[in-house]
Amino acid sequence: MGLTSKSTGLSLLKNKYDIVKEDRDMIVIALAGNPNTGKSTLFNTLTGLNQHTGNWPGKTVSNAKGTFKYKDKKFLLVDLPGTYSLLANSVEEEIARDFICFGNPDITIVITDATCLERNLNLVLQVMEITDKVIVCVNLIDEAKRKGISIDIEKLENRLGVPVIPTVARDNKGIDELLEIIYQMINGNIKTNPYRLKYSDEIESIIKEIEPILIETLGTKYNTRWLALRLIDGDKAIFNSIDNILKKYSI
Amino acid sequence: MIHEIPLNKLPVGKKARIKVLSKNVLPKRRLMDLGLIPNTIVKTERISPSGNPIAYNIRGAVIALRKEEIENVIVEIID
Repeated sequence: MGLTSKSTGLSLLKNKYDIVKEDRDMIVIALAGNPNTGKSTLFNTLTGLNQHTGNWPGKTVSNAKGTFKYKDKKFLLVDLPGTYSLLANSVEEEIARDFICFGNPDITIVITDATCLERNLNLVLQVMEITDKVIVCVNLIDEAKRKGISIDIEKLENRLGVPVIPTVARDNKGIDELLEIIYQMINGNIKTNPYRLKYSDEIESIIKEIEPILIETLGTKYNTRWLALRLIDGDKAIFNSIDNILKKYSI
Repeated sequence: MIHEIPLNKLPVGKKARIKVLSKNVLPKRRLMDLGLIPNTIVKTERISPSGNPIAYNIRGAVIALRKEEIENVIVEIID
């Protein structure tokens, strides 16, 4: 049995993440980032909700959801747990990773901490390896300024190949720009060209062997190159995630 | 003389350069995700009363690590 309407994005979201879209046109946005970079603050700013925010890592363990409108579009925002990585060292990472890979969000926003940007870029690169539809928020830009750090947003944007927006989520700064970029991206007015890692010839040739098999079993809905890389990694958690998808839809 | 020691032996206030990470794949991956890769400079910020965990400044963020996670990480004291 091939992919059916049941196995596509909507019902997957509903089953795995308990996400119910109010209508089909709703656009799903995932919010990812390192712990304690202001994901929940941005989430509250965008949705007007009052999800608990706190100054400690690990506060958001499962997904929080909220909706908002901008111009003629309705959005569903999913606040993922804070992680340093998507290579599933922990439950939080697995939740975040499965959502970005199998939940097929329309856009993934990666929120980063301007005061220690470098260490946040690991996650940015990992997210960009899974999906093209990425927006990077450089948050806490005010704190960085106080510490004498200035960020060359344009250069970062050029190097990453995705939109980069400086924000101070706490003070609502940069939020209008972010909304506009989201809107333009949904309407197809912004094309991204994410920086992708090239692996050694040996790894690339193994990917070429594995990927067709993955496409045969899973279809083209998921990022099979990335899944192939995880299989090469010997990542056991990804086997479970693939298994769950296969079982659920008895492909 | 080169001062190469396990990371958990680095005294408070001292800086060191990472030479070797763990040999096991999983712990190594985790440390790398936290920003520890060879040649990264780390500084011991403070040690908890029981001596474990220990807080390090790693690339601008203070992160507490357990002794078991870092006793295989070899560093070279630089300051």
